Amino acid sequence: MKSFFAYIAEIFSAIWSLLTGMKVTAKYFFTPWKNVTQQYPENRDTLVMYERFRGEVIMPHNENNEHKCTGCGICEINCPNGSIEIISKSIVNEEGKKKRVIDQHIYHLSMCTFCNLCVKTCPSDAIVMGQNFEHAYWNRTSMTKVLNQPGSKIMEGIKE
Amino acid sequence: MAFEKYDFTPLTQSIHQGLIENVSPLLTLIIEWTIIGVLFLLFIAVFGLLLVYVERKVCAAFQQRLGPMRVGPWGLLQTIADFVKLLMKELITPKSVDKFLYNLAPFIVIIVPFLTISVIPFAPGLQALDFDIGIFFVTAVSSVGVIGVLLAGWASNNKYSLIGGMRSGAQIVSYELSVGMSLITMVIMAGTMQISEIVELQRGGWFLFKGHIPAIIAFFVFVVAGTAETNRGPFDLAEAESELTAGFHTEYSGIKFAFFFLAEYINLFIVAAMATIVFLGGWMPFHFGNFEGFNAVMDFIPGLIWFFLKVFGIIFLIMWFKWTFPRLRIDQILTLEWKYLLPINLFNILLMATMVLLGWHW
Repeated sequence: MKSFFAYIAEIFSAIWSLLTGMKVTAKYFFTPWKNVTQQYPENRDTLVMYERFRGEVIMPHNENNEHKCTGCGICEINCPNGSIEIISKSIVNEEGKKKRVIDQHIYHLSMCTFCNLCVKTCPSDAIVMGQNFEHAYWNRTSMTKVLNQPGSKIMEGIKE
Repeated sequence: MAFEKYDFTPLTQSIHQGLIENVSPLLTLIIEWTIIGVLFLLFIAVFGLLLVYVERKVCAAFQQRLGPMRVGPWGLLQTIADFVKLLMKELITPKSVDKFLYNLAPFIVIIVPFLTISVIPFAPGLQALDFDIGIFFVTAVSSVGVIGVLLAGWASNNKYSLIGGMRSGAQIVSYELSVGMSLITMVIMAGTMQISEIVELQRGGWFLFKGHIPAIIAFFVFVVAGTAETNRGPFDLAEAESELTAGFHTEYSGIKFAFFFLAEYINLFIVAAMATIVFLGGWMPFHFGNFEGFNAVMDFIPGLIWFFLKVFGIIFLIMWFKWTFPRLRIDQILTLEWKYLLPINLFNILLMATMVLLGWHW
């Protein structure tokens, strides 16, 4: 008799748990404005990517065409698949000392896995992850980018 | 009666009269058969495509997606494009299949919906065949489909197909029992197996309300077993994509694959239509007690629209099941049938018989 009641109770608890599941999907069904799908090419102008999205590595420059990169090469060492090449040059500063600065920060987008290690290890936060994801090119040489803009120099007060 | 203006009997009668006065009776019969056959062909093709579209949209909404949006406005032409693609695809026959059975199987599977659809009353006077054993005919014919599934699984000579076919066979044979039993419960209440009469008996109120407790139990059992019989999720282990690629129709391509696909969706329609006829009053409008004004408004809506409203309601329910519940294992499926649905059903038949004898139903 006890097992009979357990059987009946099992049926009702099963129905209850099924209804609980159906409630969840019903909530999704009847709130279509919360859909997560983006109609991409149509909403291209209004599309806002998430903060955490990693589209490409970029080097922000301020209005005086200055960046924060010291050319230390830590990002190059930390890149697991060699997508960053640092070419540095030495200049003579106003005190007459020789100083090593960045010449070209070369970034191979075609080899990058967007692991974020270069951004994390950069001591001066010179590079960040950009949100542009439209990386289709006709020519693979276009995927090799020089991140520091021509004629740019390092910002004042960045520790070497 | 308010129905008479939507009755299709005058139309069919006038077609019949016009034919029989002008041509011989044999030719009349042949022409009428042809008309009905073409109508059903068109209906199955169009409704199958529509159901595939609806399924994709409903499934997308359940998963917070949009579904097909590119081909035509709101993706309306998507299924037509898919169908054209399937028509143009090459029919591949693998080397080691049993050629005859392999080619026969999709036709057996597609025959079932064509046979069962003939007894469905879409509207007053719009029914191709009105047997006095209509319900029995539906249950008998719908079990032919499992032969096609088993043949497809066996003849493909592929272990995935064979496992899928065997699972499907075990499942359909088991759940056929529940479908039959829940229909028998309602036949006890109706006292007839003739489908037109079952619908007519629900003029005063749908059987779901007339038969209260046992009818509701039978309805739930029917919907669960019907979902299983159409091989749909959560009972879709016969074509479990993640384990069996596509189950019994793995080796089929082109139009033969489309036959399996179409048969699955039309079977979904048939199950929904049977639930509508037996439990929800077929094309009968919804009446509530003695509210004359409300009932008159309901009567104003044609029977054809009522029928499809109810059918789509049931189809939506079955789709809701599919996109909510995870797939069951084969042992869980058989446990559900033999340890739960069958005892519940047997008890329910007893309950219904007692109720009918004591006159407890309305």
